[in-house]
Amino acid sequence: MRKQLMKGNEAIVKSAILAGCRGFYGYPITPASEIAEAAALYMPKAGGVFVQAESEVAAINMLYGAASAGVRAMTASSGPGISLMQEGISYMAGAELPCVIADITRGGPGLGNIGSEQGDYHQVVKGGGHGNYRTIVLAPYSVQEMADLTALAFELADRYRNPVFVLADGFVGQMMEPVEFPQRAIEAPMPPWAVAGTTATRGNLITSLHMDCDDLEAHVLALQAKYKLAEQHEARAEQWCAEDAEIVLVGYGIVGRILKAVTAEARAGGLPVGVLRPITLFPFPIAHFQRLASRARVFVVVEMSNGQLLDDVRLALNGVRPVEFLSRVGGNVPSHDEVLQFVRKQALRFIGEERMAHV
Amino acid sequence: MSSEVVQEYAVAQGRAKSFYTRYERKDELQRQTHYCPGCGHGVVHKMLARAIDELGVQDRTILVGPVGCSVFTYYYFDVGNIQAAHGRAPAVATAMKRSRPESIVISYQGDGDLSAIGTAEILHAANRGENISVIFVNNAIYSMTGGQAAPTTLIGQKSTTTPEGRRAATEGYPLHVSELLATLEAPVYIERVALGDNKQIAQATRAIRRAVENQARGLGFSLVEVLSPCPTIWKMNPVEAQHWVRDVMEKTFPLGVFRDHTREAAPRPAPPPAPALDEIPRLLGVAEQDLPANHGRALARDKQIDLQVRIAGFGGQGVLLIGEVLAEAGLDAGLEVSWLPSYGPEMRSGTSNCHVRLSSQPVDSPLVAVPSVLVAMNEPSLRKFDLTVRRGGWVIYNGDAFPADCMREGVHVLALPFTRLADELGDPRVSNMVMLGALLEIDGVLPQASVDAALRRLVKNPRWIALDERALARGRELFKESLRQEGAEAMGGGMK
Repeated sequence: MRKQLMKGNEAIVKSAILAGCRGFYGYPITPASEIAEAAALYMPKAGGVFVQAESEVAAINMLYGAASAGVRAMTASSGPGISLMQEGISYMAGAELPCVIADITRGGPGLGNIGSEQGDYHQVVKGGGHGNYRTIVLAPYSVQEMADLTALAFELADRYRNPVFVLADGFVGQMMEPVEFPQRAIEAPMPPWAVAGTTATRGNLITSLHMDCDDLEAHVLALQAKYKLAEQHEARAEQWCAEDAEIVLVGYGIVGRILKAVTAEARAGGLPVGVLRPITLFPFPIAHFQRLASRARVFVVVEMSNGQLLDDVRLALNGVRPVEFLSRVGGNVPSHDEVLQFVRKQALRFIGEERMAHV
Repeated sequence: MSSEVVQEYAVAQGRAKSFYTRYERKDELQRQTHYCPGCGHGVVHKMLARAIDELGVQDRTILVGPVGCSVFTYYYFDVGNIQAAHGRAPAVATAMKRSRPESIVISYQGDGDLSAIGTAEILHAANRGENISVIFVNNAIYSMTGGQAAPTTLIGQKSTTTPEGRRAATEGYPLHVSELLATLEAPVYIERVALGDNKQIAQATRAIRRAVENQARGLGFSLVEVLSPCPTIWKMNPVEAQHWVRDVMEKTFPLGVFRDHTREAAPRPAPPPAPALDEIPRLLGVAEQDLPANHGRALARDKQIDLQVRIAGFGGQGVLLIGEVLAEAGLDAGLEVSWLPSYGPEMRSGTSNCHVRLSSQPVDSPLVAVPSVLVAMNEPSLRKFDLTVRRGGWVIYNGDAFPADCMREGVHVLALPFTRLADELGDPRVSNMVMLGALLEIDGVLPQASVDAALRRLVKNPRWIALDERALARGRELFKESLRQEGAEAMGGGMK
């Protein structure tokens, strides 16, 4: 299979169109703008719709309209724009509308900066909008995964009738790597619940409104059952040198790449280090953590945010193993050396000087 | 035909076909609406339902309901129904219509919804000339939430948030939506009508039908603003409220047609037909048969390669481009590659740098913290990254003299005035390619065929390709010359 060099942001759009996406509604923002630009170029060629909205508020509501019409549709933004979309995401989760949202994160809070950060974890993984809902969140760490997980995102969005995020940091969006695509485009089937302006769909209604308290409670409980199902079936993670690891490094996105490089060097120096990289952030791969906990002495969370991933790791381990934490924010990336030094320190603490002397 | 008209006329006061016979989505009282006695919504609903009936578009119609008293339009209209967030109906309608061009999409909104929280959405949908119909029911107040002031509240009108009456000095003036939207070029039809008496109601009926008909004819954006009574919140009886529409409201909001291009507007062209599914990989440029065959076999398989390059300079010096050429050439040669830019706002004279890795193993981290080669196109870039270069690595520096304080034990240096050397080739802007030529010569891992192929993939202008090729060749020469000089000067080679 021949590969081609491509930016992560561009790979998202090409993969989306191959996966049957025929609508892109968005608003420019660094470092996500290449997604809108590629969509403007390719979506009309593929017979789809591209609209540059007047705001992210309008963009997410356009997505609500396109999804209601039964079309696979997506948007892309970064932190400040995702904040504005939260209203619409809540409505879409409430009305059980599928869509894909790519968040190519930057520094915050506020205008922050355009450097690569992971500070959107809470607002994306925990749901930044109102009400009892969750979104499924996929976290690519390479250009190939930008393509593959975007296709998976559309599949999951339809399967669960729920918004699905592709959460990537600015680096993963901006970098170029070789990538390959499926050679067959999918035609998404028209969902039976859509309102498409046809005789067959005239009786359908899309709403998130349930005036009666019992009705709304039943609806919310049905949503929770759906999320439970996703937790049982969709949790994904990559383990790398982790089976016999006594120190398990945890990170997603670009951090996952750094952790692999650090692990390679640490292993070469005899340290029993491995990587657990969550690929789904919701559902969180809890079982992977619990399984590795039987052998690991310590988990080391590395993230480009202030302990947002850390919370989920602690919940997953539920106190059975200590969790150490290394973070850089503001657009800074934890350097290879910085992580390696931190890992060595943890090795001394948790494996012990005596044994360390032998490795 | 004529008998049908007679029949329709005969049942003019009956139920429109586009209404449900029984409102089963309501919990109780399924034979009556939830609207108060004297409320204008019931009347406007009826006009809209009759327009849908008369135009024969019931199956095609999608009604987008707002937040406000008319949030429950889906209780009554036997059409496809969507309930939108407060103010966002025009955005929702935009994508519905674009996704299903054959449908008839109607956005039904009140004045709180459309003229306050949804100002941006209505303005831009109108300005894009979306082929939708908007029914804007203006009763000068927020009714569902209990009578707070709206942008349309009249001067002096009391509300729960203007208890002394609206004052222009603090709350501004009533917002004239129809007049405002009529300043835009795209809308086809904008009219303000009222429910103040039977004559006004007859005109409103015609206007609403026209708004839907325009869409069916594919003409573009239509909006009908309906001045409508709210007896409950206005604290009037239905008759007083109807009179207040005609005698008071109308003075602030004059009736009339603010835009009518229905005669001259041409139907919008249909979108081109979608391509066949098997055409799509090719349209996206990802079809395998269209991807260039690489020259990977030219590469010696036994050599372990791990080239880690940092390229830095001012924006506009072609920093990112030579990084791309390097990565493309590596891919062409069958290597694992990554290219990662330090991206920034598109500003003049900003600094720019990128990380490039070429490896015979999968690239773990695309971040190059400890480069084996640093290409520094100016002194600030040199000073920023000089200390990161690994021992045994190279610095290629664009400058007359290498700053003495940047010299390091165990790091090779090639310092030349690359900009001037490029100028001698015909254009100082190819200094980046001269430096890349030198870099390629250092490692020698990439076959020339791969470099040529990469250049042709990334540079489209033949004049530039020719110049770039000369520059690359010059860079290779310069590197070899410098090695010869080093060799002559000191037996120890090129290490400084």
